[in-house]
Amino acid sequence: MTTEITEATTALSTEQRRDLLRQMILIRTFEEAILREYHADKGPGFDIGKGLIPGEMHLAAGQEPVAAGLCAHLETGDGLTATHRPHHLAIAKGMKLRSLAGEIFGRESGLGRGRGGHMHLFDPVTHFSCSGIIAEGFPPALGQAFAFRRAGNNNIAVAVAGEGAANAGAFHESLNLAALWKLPVIFIIEDNDWGISVARSASTSVASNADRAAAYGIPGVRIENNDVEAVHAAVGQAVARARAGDGPSLIEVHTLRLWGHFEGDAQGYRLNLDTVSEGDPIPAYRGKLLDAGVVTAADIAAMEAEASTQVEDAIEHAKNSPTPNPAEALKYVFVEGV
Amino acid sequence: MSISTENTTPGQASLPIEPLPGTRRLNTAKAIQEAIGSAMVQDDSVFVMGEDVGSYGGIFSSTTGLLDTFGPDRIIDTPISESAFIGLGIGAAVEGMRPIVELMFVDFFGVCMDQIYNHMAKIHYESGGNVRVPMVLMTAVGGGYSDGAQHSQALWGTFAHLPGMKVVVPSNPYDAKGLMTAAIRSDDPVVYMFHKGVMGLAWMAKNKRSIGAVPEEDYEVPLGRAKVVREGTDVSIVTLSLSVHHSLDVAKQLASEGIGVEVLDLRSLVPLDREAIIATAAKTGRVVVVDEDYQSFGLSGEIAATISEHDPQLLKHFSRVCMPDTPIPYAQELEYAVLPTAARIEAAIRKAVAE
Repeated sequence: MTTEITEATTALSTEQRRDLLRQMILIRTFEEAILREYHADKGPGFDIGKGLIPGEMHLAAGQEPVAAGLCAHLETGDGLTATHRPHHLAIAKGMKLRSLAGEIFGRESGLGRGRGGHMHLFDPVTHFSCSGIIAEGFPPALGQAFAFRRAGNNNIAVAVAGEGAANAGAFHESLNLAALWKLPVIFIIEDNDWGISVARSASTSVASNADRAAAYGIPGVRIENNDVEAVHAAVGQAVARARAGDGPSLIEVHTLRLWGHFEGDAQGYRLNLDTVSEGDPIPAYRGKLLDAGVVTAADIAAMEAEASTQVEDAIEHAKNSPTPNPAEALKYVFVEGV
Repeated sequence: MSISTENTTPGQASLPIEPLPGTRRLNTAKAIQEAIGSAMVQDDSVFVMGEDVGSYGGIFSSTTGLLDTFGPDRIIDTPISESAFIGLGIGAAVEGMRPIVELMFVDFFGVCMDQIYNHMAKIHYESGGNVRVPMVLMTAVGGGYSDGAQHSQALWGTFAHLPGMKVVVPSNPYDAKGLMTAAIRSDDPVVYMFHKGVMGLAWMAKNKRSIGAVPEEDYEVPLGRAKVVREGTDVSIVTLSLSVHHSLDVAKQLASEGIGVEVLDLRSLVPLDREAIIATAAKTGRVVVVDEDYQSFGLSGEIAATISEHDPQLLKHFSRVCMPDTPIPYAQELEYAVLPTAARIEAAIRKAVAE
């Protein structure tokens, strides 16, 4: 019998609730700035390989509640593996915005010195990494958890993937192995309803991926309504379990992909496109905290101004950073030269 | 996570490079076990993980006896979940451990290649050198015992083709120990491929050189250094793994007819010792590549390109004795029709020197 994890929220302090909103605003500000910069020089028309930020761009607007509610519980030394849509989690985990922006712009100042790009972020400081391959960030998270337990440092690892990943083999192999070895790891599924253009109803046999936890004898819970405080509560219980040595948990969050799968995605498959923004979690949480008297309009304006300052500093820093030297394109294939 | 400013594992003393072999004799499997065991005594971050590596001792005896010495926390049997446990090794390596992960047969890479080539091999590069993956992926290769198309392949060319992982293929006990020690101590991911036919297994036809002299002390065979295992002046065989022994047998036989065959054991594919290939090619002017991996788009073509790019006029002869581009057959008559046997090698040498 496993401990249940519930979606019941616990009372958060005023400061905790402000921090959640502040984190969500910072993430959204960053994603909006990248959106602006990304599209600034893709024309005429839309050429994906053109501009200061070339290539695919998967932005996480709408999924801020997952990152904010999750990372409020994490320490710098905890591991986190994310997906092809990683910015919200990277920011909430504490990655330096300049390093993140630098990598997105493909500059020498970036986390990977321009070798990785926005889907391949590896930060030894925050123990953050991501994989552009669906569900394949789960196995390395097990290894982080394994190493932490071996080191006896009470750190945990978190693996995040989308709902489409829950149909992939690596998801199931990882849940079984983590449960078998009681690894200090938490699995988070971000259900944003879409695997690119394939609706969840066309991909997934169960109504809740949290039900799949039962197959591995671990707790599972699904959080509805993209509710940051419910995420915070559920993750809190899962983190406590993991740090206590009681093993993994699975949490699915019904979140929202506010924009396209990638920038340039016309989303013709999304019939309710005109009303998607009604589900935006940030105005909803802002309004909730205003109504509760937790923040004032002036507080929110200050949070937005501070976020904007940080983000624009990171963007400017990236733009002013040197581009990588083409003569060093082969550098870093190996630690020890070949 | 491992950060680039750190040096290699603290306390790692420099080891002798290829000392004299001495007189103590071990088979290749025991040489591998000894290298792993010694590394585990010296470094707590080293552990072994894979299917049947515990009480069974590895299906091909790569880990025999290690469970008794180090216990189940460091010699770890896994479920049949190759993506999960290879990925686990990667994550542990990223956090500073030195995992040795066994993929039972290389043929099984199809169920877990994403972790190997998209993660293990690329993280250091994608991180701009900030994150290291000091991991050994150990796996059994090769055929010759009627295990059919899904359990007999060499496939080293497939791994060597994909950037970011070193690939070593020992042919004998001495190199097996020294290359394993070097692989464990390397800060790069290393794919360590042992041929079942060189392990010295009691239940499989043994090559006579599967038992040989191995120093008791630790030493390294450097990654990326080939070795001339027989000198000759008329024709060079460039080869690796079990085919080294078939080549040596042929060379010895042809010596009585006055044909001098040089045999170069590559030992590593990544890094590839291109200087040694060019040197032997320049010496004899005739090169026969013997490769148990598939012929097309692989190692044998790479060797031809290496020589040709150096000097298109260097060779009077180039040919290859490889696994033809076919799934490996089951029936012994068929399998031995496609393996790079001594008979095929001999025919190739005779043709080379006749030209």
